[in-house]
Amino acid sequence: MKPLLDQLAGFVLGDVRADQVVPPTGITARLTLFSAAVMAFVAVCALSLALAAGRLADRWENELARTATLRISAPSAQMAAQTKAALRVLETTTGVAEARALSDAEQAALLAPWFGPDLPVDQLPIPRLIEIVETDEGMDGEGLRLRLAAEVPGAVLDDHNRWRTPLVLAAERFRLLGLVVLLLIGAAMAAMITLAANASLAANAQVISVLRLVGARDSFIAGAFVRRFTLRALFGAAFGVALGCGAILLLPRAQVEGGFLTGLGFQGWHWLLPLVIVPLAAAVAYAATRAAAQITLRNMP
Amino acid sequence: MIELENVAYGYDGGEVFADVSLALNAGSFHFLTGPSGSGKSTLLKLCYGVLVPTAGQLRLFGKDRRGMARDDIALARRRIGVVHQDCQFLDHLSVSDNIALPLMVSGRDLLAEDANLSELVGWVGLRDRAKALPPELSGGERQRAALARALILSPEVVLADEPTGNVDWEMSQRLMRLLIELNRMGKTILIATHDLALIRAAKAHVQARVLRIAGRRLHLAGADL
Repeated sequence: MKPLLDQLAGFVLGDVRADQVVPPTGITARLTLFSAAVMAFVAVCALSLALAAGRLADRWENELARTATLRISAPSAQMAAQTKAALRVLETTTGVAEARALSDAEQAALLAPWFGPDLPVDQLPIPRLIEIVETDEGMDGEGLRLRLAAEVPGAVLDDHNRWRTPLVLAAERFRLLGLVVLLLIGAAMAAMITLAANASLAANAQVISVLRLVGARDSFIAGAFVRRFTLRALFGAAFGVALGCGAILLLPRAQVEGGFLTGLGFQGWHWLLPLVIVPLAAAVAYAATRAAAQITLRNMP
Repeated sequence: MIELENVAYGYDGGEVFADVSLALNAGSFHFLTGPSGSGKSTLLKLCYGVLVPTAGQLRLFGKDRRGMARDDIALARRRIGVVHQDCQFLDHLSVSDNIALPLMVSGRDLLAEDANLSELVGWVGLRDRAKALPPELSGGERQRAALARALILSPEVVLADEPTGNVDWEMSQRLMRLLIELNRMGKTILIATHDLALIRAAKAHVQARVLRIAGRRLHLAGADL
């Protein structure tokens, strides 16, 4: 472990003499820094979006997966009897943890957003709703439907699957899209660093020729370029991540009323994840510059 | 040290020279002459491993050039000091740093080598110009700086390609005296030059073999020198 740390420290602190042999290249340095910062900023946004989509998928998956609603439509004279019968069926159904008929007040509260608070629920032919909470093992929805059809003809079971499944699928796809965007950002960064490194190597062909003349190994020559580009990507990415996190902080806080759009930021330990972008950017730059330098040096006499 | 056996070199279908045999033994002094374009520089490039012969065998310090890895060639170049006519410096580094460049690339401790560097800079007469940048030097100063750089690792062989091409007669004599002094210290010297007057003047002070490339072959030069 210690040799690795020493090696890492040596790489970061660098060999001043080795760094001196490659002349400073102003515009390439600034462009690499800028590109790394922009890529890191976009990566923070994509990461935030992917995590928010993931949270949404999990919420829809977990909160709605273990609940179902039984709706009983019957003439008012039979409503109480059918509700009792349905509750009896549910009590003996494997996988049902709890079943409870909603009171008139609770049903009125559900309808209030559409019909106002003064709705006379008891005078209207409104179906009775039974809230079902399933056990962890879950219930056999199809079996329950068949039993209800025989014993409570006015009952309709809604296990939320019909609208929950496409929503969860959409949220998961969104999360996947975010991760693909992150990968593409990494690939684009590698391509950009490779181009910049190639340009720098070509511009310094004379320097490389002199270094070769005096007995420099390829690893020494490549090292001077690799360290330079890796540190530029590291500092650029650190700046971009700081900027990205600042922008995410400015987004509205997560609220139930705002739904998905107010939950785009990082939550809890997820705030640590953008920090991973910085060493990842440096690793991408290291690998891209090393590969570019090795190929270029191999093709030089 | 460096041996060529029936070596040929050519490119783009043309042959620069063929059937060249030469042994640069320890402590020997060779001049290589011939008209412009005869292949003097090419032969020198073969000798320090930049080029690979198209035929024949080239051995650098006992190793076949064709079988040498890139790192092996780099290590061999540390045993060969090369002086070019156009010198080739890193223009953003001072003269002193340019001379120390072989120390840097070979991972030597610069502080430990400081006295050696200072002595060498003084020996080539550039003590006052040590902090100058290469573009600020005259032709003669550049050649002396290149010679110092070629010698900083104390190589066994010194190859010089037209080292006096850009300097006046007095400076070329001064450079030649430095090279002869090196040979007396035991270094193997090969100088490519078309300046016959320089060769004649040098032969008065050193036992040297004069080789000439003509008609794509290497000959031992005769009494005309």
